[in-house]
Amino acid sequence: MTIDNKFLYLAIILSPLVSSIIVGFFGWLIGKKVSHSLAILGVLISTIGSYIVLYRVQFEGLYFNGILYNWLTVGSQSFSVGLLVDKLSSVMLAVVTSVSLMVHIYTIGYMAEEEGYQRFFSYISLFTFMMLMLVLSNNFVQLFFGWEGVGLVSYLLIGFYIKRESAIFANLKAFLINRIGDFGFLLGIGLILAYTGSLDYGVVFSHMSNFTHAIMPGTSWNLITVICLLLFMGAMGKSAQFPLHVWLPDSMEGPTPISALIHAATMVTAGIFMVARLSPIYNMSHTALAVIIYAGGINCLFLGVLGIVQNDIKRVVAYSTLSQLGYMAVALGCGAYSVAIFHLMTHAFFKGLLFLAAGSVIIAMHHEQDMRKMGGLGKYMPITYITMLIGSLALAGIPPFAGFFSKDMILESAELVHKLGLPGGGFAVFTVYTSVIVTAIYSFRLIFMTFHGEERFRHVDNHHGQDDHGHHAVEPEESPWVVTLPLILMAIPSALVGWFAASDFVSNKILSGSVANAGWFVTNMQEEIVPLKMVLEGFTHIPVYLALAGILIAWLFHKNPKWSDKLIKAIKPLYVILMRNYYMDDLYINLFAPIGRAFGRFLWTLGDMFLIDGLIVNGSAKIVDWYSKILRKLQSGYVNTYATFMILGIIILLTFCTRLIFA
Amino acid sequence: MTLNLLNLLSLTIWVPIIAGIVVLFAGKNDNLARFISILGAIAGFILSLIVYLQFDANFSGVQFEENYPWIQSLNIYYHLGVDGISMPFLLLNNFITVTVIIAGLKVIKSKVALYNSMFLLMTGFMSAVFCALDAMVFYVFFEAMLIPMYLIIGIWGSSNRVYAALKFFLYTLLGSLLMLVVLIYLYYVSSDTFEIFAFYKTPLTMLAQVLIFIAFFFAFAVKVPMWPVHTWLPDAHPEAPTGGSMVLAAITLKIGGYGILRFMLPIVPDAARALSGVMITLSLIAIVYIGFVSIVQKDMKRLVAYSSISHMGFVTLGSFLFVGQYLNTWALQGAIVQMISHGFVSAAMFMCIGVMYDRVHSRNIADYGGVATKMPIFAAFFMLFSMANSGLPGTSGFVGEFMVIMGSVQTKFIYAFFAATILIIGAAYTLWMYKRVVFGEVNNKHVASMSDVNFAEFIVLFLLAFAVIAMGVYPEMFVAKMQTGVKDLVMEVANTKLLIK
Repeated sequence: MTIDNKFLYLAIILSPLVSSIIVGFFGWLIGKKVSHSLAILGVLISTIGSYIVLYRVQFEGLYFNGILYNWLTVGSQSFSVGLLVDKLSSVMLAVVTSVSLMVHIYTIGYMAEEEGYQRFFSYISLFTFMMLMLVLSNNFVQLFFGWEGVGLVSYLLIGFYIKRESAIFANLKAFLINRIGDFGFLLGIGLILAYTGSLDYGVVFSHMSNFTHAIMPGTSWNLITVICLLLFMGAMGKSAQFPLHVWLPDSMEGPTPISALIHAATMVTAGIFMVARLSPIYNMSHTALAVIIYAGGINCLFLGVLGIVQNDIKRVVAYSTLSQLGYMAVALGCGAYSVAIFHLMTHAFFKGLLFLAAGSVIIAMHHEQDMRKMGGLGKYMPITYITMLIGSLALAGIPPFAGFFSKDMILESAELVHKLGLPGGGFAVFTVYTSVIVTAIYSFRLIFMTFHGEERFRHVDNHHGQDDHGHHAVEPEESPWVVTLPLILMAIPSALVGWFAASDFVSNKILSGSVANAGWFVTNMQEEIVPLKMVLEGFTHIPVYLALAGILIAWLFHKNPKWSDKLIKAIKPLYVILMRNYYMDDLYINLFAPIGRAFGRFLWTLGDMFLIDGLIVNGSAKIVDWYSKILRKLQSGYVNTYATFMILGIIILLTFCTRLIFA
Repeated sequence: MTLNLLNLLSLTIWVPIIAGIVVLFAGKNDNLARFISILGAIAGFILSLIVYLQFDANFSGVQFEENYPWIQSLNIYYHLGVDGISMPFLLLNNFITVTVIIAGLKVIKSKVALYNSMFLLMTGFMSAVFCALDAMVFYVFFEAMLIPMYLIIGIWGSSNRVYAALKFFLYTLLGSLLMLVVLIYLYYVSSDTFEIFAFYKTPLTMLAQVLIFIAFFFAFAVKVPMWPVHTWLPDAHPEAPTGGSMVLAAITLKIGGYGILRFMLPIVPDAARALSGVMITLSLIAIVYIGFVSIVQKDMKRLVAYSSISHMGFVTLGSFLFVGQYLNTWALQGAIVQMISHGFVSAAMFMCIGVMYDRVHSRNIADYGGVATKMPIFAAFFMLFSMANSGLPGTSGFVGEFMVIMGSVQTKFIYAFFAATILIIGAAYTLWMYKRVVFGEVNNKHVASMSDVNFAEFIVLFLLAFAVIAMGVYPEMFVAKMQTGVKDLVMEVANTKLLIK
């Protein structure tokens, strides 16, 4: 039984890696069809395996925590590559592999005519492997390996169009911003190792309670709070929390399938997963949890607002991802880790769906992404329209779609924290409630602008001159089945998964043993969740009406296009700030980066060239040079000069000698 | 241990040297010279591989020992042996030589025999440096190895090669002369012997220890190189031919780090403890300051040279972190791992730059752009090595840095804080260079005419890639053999040997 399972785990992890390697190295040889079949086969094996594991973990009590091989030994400490198969990782496995499989299939259609088709499949399979390593890790080193590994693939995929300047700028930016987060993450890992003497989750959790009141040497900071915040820095990078969020909107430079897989459903939620995984540590620091609430709240509301002013269809969805990651972070900060994972799961489905649907629209529009040049597409591409509508309803939190359940639980958690008077509670309540309306506005603005109203794509592009029989002369049409099938398959869980999973997540039955919700959450959330009751009660509570109000606002603005112009004029300065992402990009690009370069140049010219080389190295050579020049003058060859110096020398010598002798 | 009858270490040292001399005399026939060189290099590598495989990881002390009288009147012995600290370098050295010789097969067209013979001689000399247990044997080869490197830069270098070669020579000479004085002093105070391990047992006053420390500092810190005696390296690299840069970065620098472990720490442990703060500060300056300097370099080789200094900062940092009287095992082992890893990664980086240089004849970043379009296979290799240079987990570059950072946290958090900035800075300079050189539209007609890697280049890049990944995925393979040597060193340094008069 155990051997059987271990084989299963290895198959889950390694099959995407194997197919990635084969496709990556021999893709040119085996052709497109074999390549994508292999890649899909690899992920399919993973997916099936994951569901078997999910079943066994949830219903047969399967649990595995063991090592694969010994990675490194230092002194008496050894670090292994190991696996932790428990409730949390089994849920994550299912989410990751399902979305990955859908994206693999979808890619056949989306990338059909692109250069580097095989390379793309190799990358996304490699990504799946890295993500699985991250999720299944039983220790911090391997977590960091997967963490940076997914970052690498994200870097490669954002810059997939290697000739496009904006793409290769965006991927460098993404990698570096993530590295700022990882800087903190690694230091956090270092502190954990220094104090607990291990990096194994189990050992660390059991030792950590010895340090509840420990402080950082030389400071008055609580050790655990410092560790939690350093680790959260990593999460801020990966899960794009303010102010390390600036890379995510730019990551939309990558092809749309990876925006769905990496920058919505899986990789960006790694930070959320990590905090949930380490919930036993985070529960020990209220300060850290409060910080997470604030970070999440800012993301949730203030970055969500930016989604309203975007015109690029992918960017709207990207800002909505930032906002939803904020919701998850707020849930974490409220100590409702299982609720965060619940929202992570529903979000993976509906946000993955939204991106894939946006991609379908982009295909139909021949790679036009500006919503101002779309409109009225609903009747041409009904499947895309309906699935995207389902995704948007889920995102906006309309019952009984999946997002309603998870978001409602987050709202309740925030209220609970506020009621208990815990730090950050007020801010949490304010931001999560306000962003319900914001979410509905941008989601439905997108729906109305893209699928309803005037068919604006008909009267654009004429100024392109020679491109007369250009792209938009052809009627837009529904995408091929390889694109629509994943849409439909993703729409089903987007609609239903909340209904079936809500109760298990809130009572934490589905994650018990691996995620420990905060004490206050456990004691106050004991009533059983009945989905039907929750839906009906939903209509008696404010949030649903906030969401409906948001939809109404979006509709009114859609029907009266002049309103938005007037509004923009009225709030011009604010609008500019919003369009510029609160000047956060400028902060990095026009302030930090130039300062870094100037500092480097300063050190190089002043330190290396002037001080060390100029003064000391070449300086000492010059001194030798001068000295020899003076000496050369003495070597004149005239006897009288020599004689003069000889006599002078004798006199000096004698003076000193006599002094020494007679003193 | 039956194999020891063969004098395995002597063979590892002398086979490449003899091959080098034979090549020199085979002179006229270029292809014959190439053939013999390859044979010699591979033979050396196989011998060092046997040493690695036969090496007993649990044995405390030196193995494969050979001890013959050399100059008896001065008590100088031809005394060789390896322990867990020196053995990895022997393997690295011979491995890199194989890649260098292959890399030079097609590229070097003038004075082929001389070129190859210089590298073979240098390999032998450097192997001897790592195996020497007699300080004089060490010193002789330590000096001897300068000559081939001087010639390689001086003959096959670029336009400013004479300045660079001279700077390199003088810089290193400064330290070596001071070291000679120290060795002679130690000879007298340890009752007329040049045995390195006898030096370990010799009690010294604090003043003597500090003076010896300073002398060794100049000898080894210049080699590493540590800030502020590093400026020869960014001048030497751009002038050296590709092979020269590879050996320089991969092995010559490591002799500095090795010297610290073999001489400085165990011979003057009390001074090392007392001055560790200074060394740590210099190392952190190297990591951060030089990191920033790397960002603004316009010449690729100069950039990688600066990045080498920054990465070698981890070696010196790791060597001088103490917890109480004990050296920090994490950091110390990390320092060695970092040296081996940097050997692979820096050699690979210089190889990549060399591959491009052979096609475009420029080292300027601005002269490139869009290389990936023309050389996809090369771009993939270069990506891997750039990531390794940025310390990506799964590559060798991560392991050493990780271990040293973990060790620094145990000593003082602030050290780790500064050391860990390499995560950001290292990625910034490496990947920014990669972006400007490899990504983007094809920049000019020179780049447009580039062709992808040839067979020899592929082999070299493949071997290095294999090493980088193997060490990243399974470092235990290397580290397991070091354990005992590191433990011995920690115990050796933990004892005070202060002579109180």
